[in-house]
Amino acid sequence: MLTLDDLGVIRGVETDGDAVTVTITPTYSGCPAIEVMRDDLRLALTGAGFAHVEVRTVFSPPWSTDWISDGGRRKLHEHGIAPPDRIGLKASGPVPLTLVAPAAVVRCPQCGSPATDELSRFGATACTALRRCTACREPFEHVKEI
Amino acid sequence: MYDALTEEHGADAQWAFGTGIEDVAAEITSPVPDGVDPADLAEYCLMLGDDALVTGHRLSEWVSNAPELEEEVALANTALDLLGQARVLLSRAGHVEGLSSMAGSAGSTGRGRDEDALAYLRTEAQFRNVAMAEIGDELDFARAIARLLIFSSWRLAVLQRLLGSTDPVIAAVAGKGVKELAYHRDYAARWTLRLGDGTDVSHAKMQDALERVWPYVEELFRTSDVERRLAGAGVAVDPADTRVEVDAVLDEVLAAATLERPKRPPIGTIAGRGGRQGVHTEHLGHVLAEMQSLARQHPGATW
Repeated sequence: MLTLDDLGVIRGVETDGDAVTVTITPTYSGCPAIEVMRDDLRLALTGAGFAHVEVRTVFSPPWSTDWISDGGRRKLHEHGIAPPDRIGLKASGPVPLTLVAPAAVVRCPQCGSPATDELSRFGATACTALRRCTACREPFEHVKEI
Repeated sequence: MYDALTEEHGADAQWAFGTGIEDVAAEITSPVPDGVDPADLAEYCLMLGDDALVTGHRLSEWVSNAPELEEEVALANTALDLLGQARVLLSRAGHVEGLSSMAGSAGSTGRGRDEDALAYLRTEAQFRNVAMAEIGDELDFARAIARLLIFSSWRLAVLQRLLGSTDPVIAAVAGKGVKELAYHRDYAARWTLRLGDGTDVSHAKMQDALERVWPYVEELFRTSDVERRLAGAGVAVDPADTRVEVDAVLDEVLAAATLERPKRPPIGTIAGRGGRQGVHTEHLGHVLAEMQSLARQHPGATW
């Protein structure tokens, strides 16, 4: 199971007796899953015996796919979702326009072939792009790097 | 699970997501930067927030109407990013507005309007978005792309400069927004290229779309008094400063797409007033009629 911690959205946990405060950050500004994450955390922590559970949201620093753990990347792959590449620190200054999609190698999570095409930069969720493998012909989702 | 969701929100359930983010997001209630008039800051957050909210609404009109499922998903995702930015900015505007009215009148509760009240219960003249956000595209895909290209190129340049804003909420929105807008701009730019450098028909439609949108470009670079004051305080950006960068991006895209830069005269202001002062085109009324109808007909309803 891919956990919230694997995803890198948990930014801090503080406990004080039977009280706990968890700080989370959304992946994208409009990520609709943030409410469910918050409710899941409340439910799990209440179930774990905490009498006072607070879940806070912070927007800064902005979430990056670089925060997805190695375990998280492995689990995404196991579920047929191509994990993001690591992007490291980006140069500051204006973001360059990319009129042609950069030739990134995204391996097919099913057969491992590097021969894959991007079908759409926007997948079923904000954080994924839709690709297809030209070797095994399977479509798959790719967590796009931000 | 659904029981838990319902119980969690209880009597506080409201429109947007069933909860107000002001109560849970740490940054929304950050102090106002020193020397900044809270009324100005609230106004500026509305400008940035309304641009995103109204453009997001226009994009959402494409849901179930796009030419292909992939484009529908792309436009809906773009709308969702902008809606997310708007929620934070409107919540910030409401919080700061509360501080402002507390200072102004003894009887004030010190609590401003929440994001729902600001989105659903303001009238046209109270919106602060630019006209580029509100104009209709009549479900003409080329016009949707033309608007998105210009809007996202401009907003990306604005947010890039707001990364260092002295207001922590605006800086945080910029931090996430720059990544999102870069995707939006590339998406629109690639479609402009494909349509402009495509068939004779697609070229003509893309050129026509640019001609229709172009009169609203000038307003993007017009500096309001609030922006001028806040730029001096390091909170805001003078939009005029983004012109060279935005022009260069648009010229690069248009040249690659074999399209002409339109020579249309700008839509003028009315006695010097435009969207930033609450003077809008007739299009905004139609947007609000649809966006607000449910909230106005069923005040406080929950589901």
